[in-house]
Amino acid sequence: MSKNIITPTKEFEDVLTPGYKDLVANGPYNRSAPGTVDDLGSFREITEPHPHCAGCGVSLGIRLGLASLPSPENTIIIGTPGCAYFALTQSALCYSCTAFGNQNSVATGLKRMLKIRHPGKVKDVLVMVGDGGVADIGLDYTLHSWFRGENIATVMLDNEVYGNTGGQESGMTVEGKVLNMAPTGKKFPKIPVFEMAKVAGCAYAVRTTVASPKKFGTAVRRAVLIAREVGPTYVQVYTPCPTNLKFSPGKTLEAAKDVEKTYYQYEEYMTEEASAYLSRIGELKEAK
Amino acid sequence: MISEKYRILPGPEGFVPVTAALMGVVLPDEGGAFVEGGIIPENDALGMIAEKLASAKRPAVCPGPLLMWQWNGGAGPKAAAVRELAAACGAKIYPMPDYRAKSPRINPEIEISVNHPNITIQHNGIDVCVFVGVHSHYANFALRMIRAGTGCYTICLSDYAASDEAMISLRDVDAAKIGAITAKVKSISKGGV
Ligand SMILES: Cc1ncc(C[n+]2csc(CCOP(=O)(O)OP(=O)(O)O)c2C)c(N)n1
Ligand code: SF4
Ligand SMILES: [Mg+2]
Repeated sequence: MSKNIITPTKEFEDVLTPGYKDLVANGPYNRSAPGTVDDLGSFREITEPHPHCAGCGVSLGIRLGLASLPSPENTIIIGTPGCAYFALTQSALCYSCTAFGNQNSVATGLKRMLKIRHPGKVKDVLVMVGDGGVADIGLDYTLHSWFRGENIATVMLDNEVYGNTGGQESGMTVEGKVLNMAPTGKKFPKIPVFEMAKVAGCAYAVRTTVASPKKFGTAVRRAVLIAREVGPTYVQVYTPCPTNLKFSPGKTLEAAKDVEKTYYQYEEYMTEEASAYLSRIGELKEAK
Repeated sequence: MISEKYRILPGPEGFVPVTAALMGVVLPDEGGAFVEGGIIPENDALGMIAEKLASAKRPAVCPGPLLMWQWNGGAGPKAAAVRELAAACGAKIYPMPDYRAKSPRINPEIEISVNHPNITIQHNGIDVCVFVGVHSHYANFALRMIRAGTGCYTICLSDYAASDEAMISLRDVDAAKIGAITAKVKSISKGGV
């Protein structure tokens, strides 16, 4: 992507609304240093309005993830229906929504096309979707993209529920959990997608929560970098949903911290090849 | 089978009008222009656009992303021509810098959104609007919404093949064609024809 895309024509610069002026001056493109969660940017789009419910963990996951992209101007985000889809309005990056569950197939096609269309250039494809999108309707496409070794990064924003459609259980909901539309509780355990990623061919996989923003930010950054050169990558981040998991919107980080003590402990997996690549490009410092 | 010719006229046509293409409306070839569902010589259409704009009470120009950003060398000169046209007919400019849904909502005083253009049209009582620099698929979508829900007269100045959802649409529009409309607007305002 050329920076000209976010340079206004001088003839219309004066009519740009304040939000766009801010985006042009302070937005995420072509920063001299790579983005990190320490610097979310001051532009209004990422710091102010979002269409999610108050205290939404998914919204926080989107922000932290987007702030950590190594090359936002050369990244296409692939979404699918769900609350994570609002990344479209929450960011000024290239974004493409797919039919529910199709995200890793669409990402595969796009990535292959971008390699042909822009040989030798960096074009990152990042799938960022909900747990229902990855673990239920899109599970086969996701796994197959991993088996095939596609150069795409996949982030699951795991709120353990179908948030967007009012609270159905997903494969990632914990066993026994009662939800609006699972009144007798879920009958089977969380699908071990994180474990499956390792055996399905991911070169890199991380499990973390939004209560550990630096770890998550580093994971997204590494996942995108490794997907460029080595192979598929997966980041599973717990992004609790106050509306459906029924906790107060002020307690999102607490909810995420709680599960870090039990089944959402931080874990980072990488193949030797991925590790060698990170160290070659000077990216192998420990995430704190 | 469509027995009667479908016309693209100011609305409100109703909640979801059928697309013009489905009603058998076709786009002009080179040298032609699209006017209310029919095809006429381009030069005549230039004059009609000038008349509509010169006689409008609250004309508006809605530049899209192709004119708002410096994608290529062509955007600047064309943007300058559009600015001149807007000045000549006293039109206010409502930018549409991209097509994202805006959260929590747009400010209809100063912008227009492809997803609900009627808010800006109705809020400002716009009676004639010009879409320019808007990608065709989005222009068609928004223009049909305006036709569905308002009585605004829509004009689309298209880079490519014209838009069949606008009441008047030119194809292959460059800075020179926009300049020709501006010249006609100026001559009408001076009392000429
Ligand atoms: C093929 C298809 N089936 C069903 C739906 C309805 N639908 C929209 S979002 C959604 C659930 C999304 O859940 P998840 O992926 O966990 O995302 P969340 O909203 O929780 O972020 C469903 C079932 C759809 N859009 N498409
Ligand atoms: S329903 Fe849950 S996941 Fe969706 S926006 Fe609201 S808080 Fe976020
Ligand atoms: Mg979910």
